[in-house]
Amino acid sequence: MVTFQFIPYGEVEYLSSAKRINRLLNIVKENKIVLMEGRLKKQEEADLIEITMEEINSKFRGIELSVIYPDNKHDGMKKVKTHVMNALLGDRRGMTIIGPANVVRKIEQNPDKIELFTRDSKKRRR
Amino acid sequence: MNKFLRNLFKRKSHVKLGLYGPPNGGKSTLANKICEDWLGESMSSVSHIAHETREIVIKEQISIKNKKGKELSFSLVDTPGIATRIDYEDFIKRGMKNTMAKKRAKEATKGVIDSIKWLDTMEAVVVVLDSTQDPYSQVNITIMGNLVARDIPVLIAANKVDLKRSNMDRIKAAFPQYNVVGISAKYGKNVDEFYEELFKVVK
Repeated sequence: MVTFQFIPYGEVEYLSSAKRINRLLNIVKENKIVLMEGRLKKQEEADLIEITMEEINSKFRGIELSVIYPDNKHDGMKKVKTHVMNALLGDRRGMTIIGPANVVRKIEQNPDKIELFTRDSKKRRR
Repeated sequence: MNKFLRNLFKRKSHVKLGLYGPPNGGKSTLANKICEDWLGESMSSVSHIAHETREIVIKEQISIKNKKGKELSFSLVDTPGIATRIDYEDFIKRGMKNTMAKKRAKEATKGVIDSIKWLDTMEAVVVVLDSTQDPYSQVNITIMGNLVARDIPVLIAANKVDLKRSNMDRIKAAFPQYNVVGISAKYGKNVDEFYEELFKVVK
């Protein structure tokens, strides 16, 4: 059985970057797959990888990470509006998927489709 | 502000050029090719088993010349491949003994951490991708995103174009805003074009 845990953006919105990453990683280390509304900042994604590496041991082998994000091909005012909204409210668009490496074998990502392969199952589509 | 000061005081003719990318993309093979071409010696050890490079390796004072005789001088930084998972059992499957596999895994995790920490010190980066692999991996996207956020010039080297499964178009489609040059670092295919592209990116 695979457990997915949904994290609404509001649940991590006011946390510091370090706490936000730890919150997500702690869930993953319980062998659950995190589905987070929105995405982490670029630096936070790098920090997530860094902290994951620090925590790797014989039981925790790392993570599989994927982000579905809408194509940002807006022009002019719409683009400015999106940036302002992101700056004010955080980037709630898209979805971040983080799974423990001992459960999730691979996540294949196309621009608008994600395929998640678990260790003991064949294929799951999202 | 840091970026401004860095730009103000750095010697434009001598930059720190990093080779970044996922494991087994061919970073060390490319590093060796560059060093062999311009210094007459190799730089890093290479292997078909992932995470062969587990420490940052630096080669100072490499000077290359383009067709017009213009010179570019840089320190080349070969970095360990960035990954989100490291499983010592993967190394055992590739024929390593248990103790060696665990040691390699531990060193590899430290290598990934070092690669990420060193991002801030880079003045230009060549992202080396295996052109036979799916470019839409989150590791690739995270690397690119962090380089853009730091305003670091990027050239994508789509490596292993000598292989049948190589697909340059997929890499160009995944990262349309960047210069992409297809090479085979192992066989030296298209490296002259790679050097020309380097001059365009590292100004």
